[in-house]
Amino acid sequence: MRIGVFVCHCGSNIEGTVDTAAVARAALGFPEVALATDAMYTCSEPGQDAIVQAIREKGLSGIVVASCSPRMHENTFRRAVERAGLNRYMFEMANIREHVSWIGKDREANTNKATELVRMAVEKLRRNTPLFSNKFDVTKRVLVIGGGVAGIQAALDCAEGGKEVVLVERESSIGGKMAKLDKTFPTVDCSSCILGPKMVDVAQHPNIKLLACTELKSVGGYVGNFQVELRKKATYVDWTKCTGCGQCMEKCPSKKSEDRFNERIGVTTAINIPFPQAIPKKAVIDPASCRHFLKGKCGVCAKVCPTGAIDYEMKEEVLTEQVGAIIAATGYDVFDISKIGEYGAGRYPDVITSLQYERLLSASGPTGGHIKRPSDGAEPKTIVFVQCVGSRDKSLGRPYCSGFCCMYTAKQAILTRDHIPDSQVFVFYMDIRAPGKLYDEFTRRAMEEYGARYIRGRVAMVYPQGSKYIVRGADTLLGTNVEIEADLVVLAAGAEAAAGAPALAEKLRISYDPYGFFVESHPKLRPVETNTAGVYLAGSCQGPKDIPSSVAQGSAAAAKVLALFSKDKLESDPQISRVDIKRCVGCGKCILTCPYGAIKKIDFRGEPKAEVVATVCQGCGICTSTCPQGAAQLAHFTDDQILAEVNALCRF
Amino acid sequence: MTSINYSNRFDANFVRMVEEASEQRLSQCYQCGKCTAGCPCTFAYDYPVNQIMRLVQSGQKDTVLNCKAIWLCATCESCTARCPNNIDVARVIDVLRHMARREDRVAISEVKKFWDSFLKSVQTNGRLFETGVLAGYIAKTGRIFTDLDLGPRIAPKGKLSFRPHKVKGQAEIARIFERFNKGVIS
Repeated sequence: MRIGVFVCHCGSNIEGTVDTAAVARAALGFPEVALATDAMYTCSEPGQDAIVQAIREKGLSGIVVASCSPRMHENTFRRAVERAGLNRYMFEMANIREHVSWIGKDREANTNKATELVRMAVEKLRRNTPLFSNKFDVTKRVLVIGGGVAGIQAALDCAEGGKEVVLVERESSIGGKMAKLDKTFPTVDCSSCILGPKMVDVAQHPNIKLLACTELKSVGGYVGNFQVELRKKATYVDWTKCTGCGQCMEKCPSKKSEDRFNERIGVTTAINIPFPQAIPKKAVIDPASCRHFLKGKCGVCAKVCPTGAIDYEMKEEVLTEQVGAIIAATGYDVFDISKIGEYGAGRYPDVITSLQYERLLSASGPTGGHIKRPSDGAEPKTIVFVQCVGSRDKSLGRPYCSGFCCMYTAKQAILTRDHIPDSQVFVFYMDIRAPGKLYDEFTRRAMEEYGARYIRGRVAMVYPQGSKYIVRGADTLLGTNVEIEADLVVLAAGAEAAAGAPALAEKLRISYDPYGFFVESHPKLRPVETNTAGVYLAGSCQGPKDIPSSVAQGSAAAAKVLALFSKDKLESDPQISRVDIKRCVGCGKCILTCPYGAIKKIDFRGEPKAEVVATVCQGCGICTSTCPQGAAQLAHFTDDQILAEVNALCRF
Repeated sequence: MTSINYSNRFDANFVRMVEEASEQRLSQCYQCGKCTAGCPCTFAYDYPVNQIMRLVQSGQKDTVLNCKAIWLCATCESCTARCPNNIDVARVIDVLRHMARREDRVAISEVKKFWDSFLKSVQTNGRLFETGVLAGYIAKTGRIFTDLDLGPRIAPKGKLSFRPHKVKGQAEIARIFERFNKGVIS
């Protein structure tokens, strides 16, 4: 083998603390190295051309590039060696930036370490063999998890692109958080008026299969060929018969069911259609409060239903779908405001979240769009908004900014003054974060045109006094503390990852951050992709987002799916495990440890042996370290290759 | 208000000393004002708590060590309990008091005198001797009539005895004070 070594300066990123020329000189002494040189930017076009030229002119058969992390540019260089006619796996990368130059300042020590890493790469490359991908078919159907605005947008764009979509929603209607909003900033247009038509499009689109009251059970397979199991919860109403007429709701005698759609401000009937624009507009029975389930007798809904849709015996079902890609659009949850004891939420009925206030503002809400205090139904005259509740608060484990609270609080201040012109509106804020188009103008309008009184400071405590609440806060610009006698206190509760997000991430085999938000492939350049091929993200499941950003991400994820589906065949990664049947003793340990179920037991001339299912194997390598015989070997990471690297490092 | 020239009036050493003694990172304060919002003594302060934090962040040693607020702080620790950044604000204030004391610039000398007479009582008796503390405080300040109205209320509770009750272990108490005076505890 004739090996070429290229040591990259990465501008001053590496050259600043590593003597790259010395590394290249040392590399010339390594076995089978025919050429070693340093270059300013190996990843640049001239840098890549130099590699291609060297392969052609010097007849090189393998290349080592010592530069950044393989996650950054491995693919770049693999394509370069391929252009020069080599197999893409006849290439190794030594990470001397993230692992050397960025973490140490001692130039001599760094140069030595970089040299060692290059020696390891060379020793591994000497044992590399050309690997070839297989081609496989793509199932051109996409699963969208979550029917909020991001999921709706993603589903519609994929469907418009001519692909079949399975849209799964946990609740009985799609719409998500946006369906609960009264108006949207910064235009103050009606939320359900702009979302409603999209929801109807979802229901009517021939390419969209909408599954409400359904959750993801498990995911198997790989990009292009996922097998998905879905759990359809028992609704106790046959949706093929239900027409959404609502007669059951009118007659239902049990009116103490938790009203999740109205953010638990009130209660609702045990059989329920959450809101008039619900899609699908179908009733669901809540067995936790239904008299038939609690006491064994009632049956009023079954009697009044004109189509005979009620089915008390209904059972949960498991459905299976084949899809080629998955878009996670599972949204966020509202921070639990009762965690801040000094604000009294949970103890004082008139301390509510902004989303609850949104339901009070909404014409389809429990008060018919009239702002009334939950405690006594009186119209509040002094309303205090407190921002950053459960945001930017390390003591609550929520150090991040939720991003949209400043804007919706300004919107609610404006709407409050519209609804109750003689009201006084106070807003406690730390900083106003309004960096979108027309956003800052909007918050200024709340102050200048609508007379919302903004106070720069946090609130220390809220306590009742008579029928009012004393809000004690600071005005840091005045340099003192202030008190306001409020009728209603609205806490701008921040966003947190949806409950169950980590469990879903584990099913999808994607990463999540310490707060439970899903992690994108690259924070700037791959914002809707994950590190699992074929799984994409949209909306607030990736981090708090307002409606425009969620919609943009929904479309972006759909674009990624459509690009994936534009190919008829995908190439498999050849870096997978193989079992050497001569060495395998059929102990079956690899079958137990494989996290993907990619190894099966076969019968070979009457003896049990293990065999890897190439399309399912993800190349994690667990079987290779489990196998007592060394029979399971991961291509491109064989025991021989790894031992060669260790030997290169431990020469003395 | 005087304008501050940050180029030559930022005492970085002071910031570092307060951070070390209080074991708090002052840069974590983002000036939300929740400390001030809950502070029961703001009405009497010359600088509210959040501004004291800002003055320390800004290296304004003279202003902060000469201010009255640090002596009026009741150490109720509401600020510490509520700080969203988990800063022990009360401890920072305590450190500032110690620094002001060491540099002999106490804005409200009565507070220091009360503390001195309190500590003297503990040093002598191993516990608080109320009458003695009062006598010491009056002697140091000349405020004869201070808290006189409390007399009739606490006398029947046996709080105004004329002879101190000493605790056992005087030698141990003495050693604590000795260690303090040697500067082991600062």
